[in-house]
Formats: sequence, C-alpha cells, structure tokens
Amino acid sequence: MEQVAEAAPQTTRRRFYLTFIYGLWGVISAALAAPALIYLFLPPRVRRESDWVEAGDITRLQPKTPVEVVFRKNRVDGWKVSSEKQTAWVVKLSDQQVVAFGPQCTHLGCAYHWEERSSDFLCPCHSSVFSVDGKVVSGPAPRPLDRYDTKIENGKLLLGALREPGSQKS
Amino acid sequence: MTWKERMHGWLDHRTGIETGVRNFLYEQIPASSGWHQVFGSVALFLFLVQAFTGALLAFNYAPTPGDAYNSLRYIMTEVTGGRLMRGLHHWGASMMVVVVVLHMTQVFLYGSYKKPREATWIAGVLLLLLTLAYGLTGYLLPWDNRAYWGTVVTTQIAAQAPVVGPYLLRLLGSQGDVGVVTFARFYGLHVLLLPPATGLLIVLHVYLVRKHGVAPAPGDEVRPRKKFFPEQVFRDTVAIFIAFAVLFVMAVVVRVPLEQLADPTDTTYIPRPEWYFLFLFQTLKLFTGPLEMVGTVVLPTLAILALVLVPFVDRGQMRKVTERAFAGAVLCLAAIGWAGLTVAAVVTTPKPAVAEQIDFSQPTDWLQLSPIELAGIGYFRQENCVSCHTVGDGKPKIGPDLASTTIHKTAAWMIQHFKRPAAMVPGSAMPPIQLSDAQLNTLAAFLLKLNARNAVALQSAPEFAAEGALLYQKSQCGSCHMVNGVGVKLGPPLNGLRRRRTEQWVEQHFQNPQALSPGSIMPPYKFTPSEMKNIVAYLFVLPD
Repeated sequence: MEQVAEAAPQTTRRRFYLTFIYGLWGVISAALAAPALIYLFLPPRVRRESDWVEAGDITRLQPKTPVEVVFRKNRVDGWKVSSEKQTAWVVKLSDQQVVAFGPQCTHLGCAYHWEERSSDFLCPCHSSVFSVDGKVVSGPAPRPLDRYDTKIENGKLLLGALREPGSQKS
Repeated sequence: MTWKERMHGWLDHRTGIETGVRNFLYEQIPASSGWHQVFGSVALFLFLVQAFTGALLAFNYAPTPGDAYNSLRYIMTEVTGGRLMRGLHHWGASMMVVVVVLHMTQVFLYGSYKKPREATWIAGVLLLLLTLAYGLTGYLLPWDNRAYWGTVVTTQIAAQAPVVGPYLLRLLGSQGDVGVVTFARFYGLHVLLLPPATGLLIVLHVYLVRKHGVAPAPGDEVRPRKKFFPEQVFRDTVAIFIAFAVLFVMAVVVRVPLEQLADPTDTTYIPRPEWYFLFLFQTLKLFTGPLEMVGTVVLPTLAILALVLVPFVDRGQMRKVTERAFAGAVLCLAAIGWAGLTVAAVVTTPKPAVAEQIDFSQPTDWLQLSPIELAGIGYFRQENCVSCHTVGDGKPKIGPDLASTTIHKTAAWMIQHFKRPAAMVPGSAMPPIQLSDAQLNTLAAFLLKLNARNAVALQSAPEFAAEGALLYQKSQCGSCHMVNGVGVKLGPPLNGLRRRRTEQWVEQHFQNPQALSPGSIMPPYKFTPSEMKNIVAYLFVLPD
C-alpha cells in the first residue's frame, strides 16, 4: 500500500499528459478528417437543373405532324459549362398538348425519323416503329419514346429534362 | 504474455517499429526544455496540413490558366466544404511563415545554433526559403488579377539579378510575359519539386536535431535529463492544438481573397504581394534608378547570407538566454525594421479600385443584370420583401417563395398585384407597396428575372451596386446609354468605362459634362456625395 501511495503523483501526472495528448490529437484528426470526407463524398451544390431551353414557336406546328427541332443546351460538368447541340421531335397532339420526344430509339439508341407515308416514326436500325404519340407499334423497342419535360410560355415551347415515360412529371 | 504483447512482439521483431517509436519518444532531453521549444513541432504539423489540404484541392483543380480560376471558383462556390478547404490552405500558408519565423527567433535568441549545430541551423534557413518559395509559387495558382500581377512583379525582380537574371527568367518561362509556361512552371514547382525537397530537408533537420540532441542551456549539465515523452510531447500537442484552432477559425471566418479572372490588359491594376513579402516590396521603393538592384537583389542576398553565417559569427560559449543582450538587440532591430517597412507599405497602399473589392468567391451573376433589374434589387431591399417571402432556399415564410412563383406571371400582373395585392390574389395579406408605377415596374423586372437557380447569386449583389443602379434608373441614364446590352446607343456604352476613364473624371463629368466633353448633350447631375460614390462604383464594376 505504501508503494502505491508514493507512486500516485507520478502516475496521475502521466495519466493527465496522456489523456490530453490522445484527446487533443483526436480532436485535430476529427477536425481534419470530417471536412475532408465531406469535401470528397458529398455531392457539389449543383446549379439546379431547372434550365428551360427555348425550342421554337408552337404556333407554326401542324397538328399530328412531327418536326425535328434543334436547340442548344448547356451541359454542366464540374467547373465546365459547355453548350451542346440537342434535337427533339416535337408534335402537337392537340391544341393543349405538345409533346417533345428524345431523338433516339429506345431499343439501341439509333436516330429514328418520321415516315410521311405511313405516319409513324421508323427506326432504320432494327425497324422499330412508334406511333405519333410515341407508343411502340412494332419491332424490338422495349418501351415508348423518351420525352422532354415541356411547358409553353407566350406561344414559345420550352424544353426541360429528358425522361423515360412513366417517370414523367405531369 | 498476453496475446496483445505477443502480437506487439511479433510486429517489432519483423519491423522494429516499436523499438523505433520508443527510441524516438523516450529520447533524453535537457532539464531546461520547455514551452519555448514547441515551434518546430508546430511548423512540421502545419506543413502536413498544407500537404493534406493541397492534395485535396488538387482533386478539384485544373492547373491551366483560365480553367484554374474557374475550378477554384467551383471549389469555393459549389464543392461542399471547398471554401473551408481553401481557407485552411490559404491561411495555413501565412501561419506557417509565422511559425517558422517564431521557431527561428527562439533558436536565435537561445543561441541554439552554436557548435556543433551549425548544419541544423543551415537546414533550417533552407526550410525558411522553401516556405517562402511555396508562398511565391502558390500565389499565382488562383490565376486572378491579384495572382497575375503579383507574379509579373516577382518575375521582373528575378530578371534584375546580375548575370543569372535572364537565365532565371527563362527558367520561370516568362521572358515575354507571364503566361501558360510560367503558370506550368510555378505549378510544377509548387506541387512536384518543393514538397519532396521540403520532406528531405525536414528529415535531415530532425535527424541532426536528434544526432546532436536538443541544445542544452548553461546549468543543464548538472541537472538530470528528462524524457521527451510524455511531458514535452504534451507541450507540443497543446501548442499544435492552439495553432490548429486559430487556423480553423480563420479558415471559417476570414474571407479568402479571390478577385476577377487575370486580365493581362488591365493596366490600372496595382499589384500587392502577400503580407509577409510587403517589407521586401517596401524596400524596393527606397532604391530607384541604377540603385534599384540594391533593393531587389543585393539586400535580400545579403540578408540570406547573414542568416546562414550566424553560427559562424557568434561562436562564443553557450550563455543563458537572459545574458544574450546583443542577440536580443539584433532581433529587436530586425523586428522594428520589418514592422516599420510593413506598416509603411500598408499605409501607402492606395485604395483598391471598386472592382477589386468584389468577392469573386461568391456567385457574381448580378454583374450580368440590366440596370433596371439590378435597381429592382434595390427596391426589393428597400421594401424588405424578404420579411414575408423566401427566395429560393430557406425556411418557408408567410408569403410564397418568389423564386418559383414569379416565373408564371407577367409584369403587368405584378404591378397590379403590388398596388392592390388582394385584388389579384384573393385573401392575400400583403400590404400594398407605396411606389410609383416606374418604380414598381423596376421591381417587377427583377422578380421576373428571378428563378430558383439564380436566386442566391442575384441576392449577393453588393449594396453600392443596387443603389447605384437605382440612381441610374431614376436619372434615366438608360435613355441615352447602354449597360449590359440594354438601353440606347445615343451616348457611349458604359461597359468598359473603367478602362477609358478615371473615377475622378467621371465624377467631374457628372457635375459638368460640357467642361470635359465639349459638345456633349448630357445634362449635369447634382448627386449627393454618397449617391455619387454609389453610381461611380456601379459603373466601374460593369463587365467589359
């Protein structure tokens, strides 16, 4: 017992040092690691993808006659913003409803076109056929044509993100 | 033996790591060791923080002019935690200079460089120079105006060195101008060459400290030696913690400068070096004409030489720090000289142009607004719309979020709504806005421009710009002038005015246009001093 009593001030001081050394280094490591993990793993604050791109005047569209529209859209890649050419097939289904289809066949991504004679979309690669409202008529295409979000402002058609049908926003 | 001991034994037997750490920690140090010897460890820690944050910054940084600036803005405005990371790296650099100098000061005061520790001291001097080299090369990497023009001056100074000047200039890739080549050289130095050089020198420095042991003070020879661990390690840890806490707070609180993209044609820019080079900068001004080289080359070289020679000049016996009056006096003189030169440099700093005060580490979309839209921000703030409306982000308030609702409305609708809110939106609790039709139209113009994407960016427009645009709008400047492509081309377009005229000229021109441009049909304007300040500042930040 006597021995322990003698050693006590020495060991408590040592324990005090050790506690502080480990504690402070713990705090420093955490304060460096946490921001580093946040920096590496949290997604950047995105400039929100609410960009609507003007894609022409809808008053010129004839009902049920698709028109291929070319427009430029900004693509944000990290610190780079590049302007890209994109196309859409725009159809006026009724006075209230204008639809813009993505330009690629849903089978393997070939560019399809509008067949005047048969009044449907035909993909030249594997003969997938889509009706004017984008539904699959025949061929290997697994799902209807993708659609851009659309809205109309002052007679101008605005296009948003390209989505698969079903995930469509109303 | 427990399994833990056995595992330790196994590992030590194969790597020797435990014995190594033990030898390192239980090194014998003199009894006089204490708090004054913590600075070396703090400097080493700060170097590691710089390496760590530097590597992380490099993960989001494109090392070419132009892209460098864009990617740094991306780090600061979009990457989560990016602002903090750059803050740590930026202020860490300053802090490292401070701590390295403190370390040297302590060694100098105590005379710890004396025989046989001369080599340790010289390695230390080289490490100081490396620290400054990081500062110099890193300064260019943001590629903003500050970086570019600062480096132009640096390379011009290097060019003045006798004999080697032209070669040095060629080595830095800047015989013609500071450009892509200089940038690549500086970046290469900063991230490829300097770090391993520093690492090697640190290893050498620490090895020499261990070889000769920590310098004892007189009287230590008769007192029992202490162990490095845990007492001195505790002191080092506390000092490191304090330094880190200060650095962290600075990184969070103090704004890290980012100016506009480097513009080699901007001849009005007045370059300033980093604060720790200001004394050198001021020294240059003392020597003009043929003597200029004294300030740029001779004095700095002599200073470095003097530092290196310290242990060979002061070769007396080890004395107590309190008895080293001469060393103290030299240090005081150096400190006074340094402080005097730095203060003189700060005092003579001309007021930076308005454009330099804009924080480009924030979104600057407001710079692209037309005057009417920017003036709308002025009214928006005057009427304190945000007391009831959210704009983009934030807690929902009593009124609708203006960033998402305004898109579907027209200006006419809005003006009616501003006058009689309940008539347009039944049940609206919004009070009518007491402004003239023209003013309401301005407010509507801003709100129409607002969307969820730019809400935050537009709100960061500084006060003077919103007020200046408001005055611009009120004074109908737009019926003769153009800003950002909006207005009439009767008078000269106002973008790029800062290239053509001085602020003083524009102020006088407002008061009496015909005196400065005879034949002008512009009427004189009587502005109050604060109005004048705002509108001139606004015109001078317009993009070119």
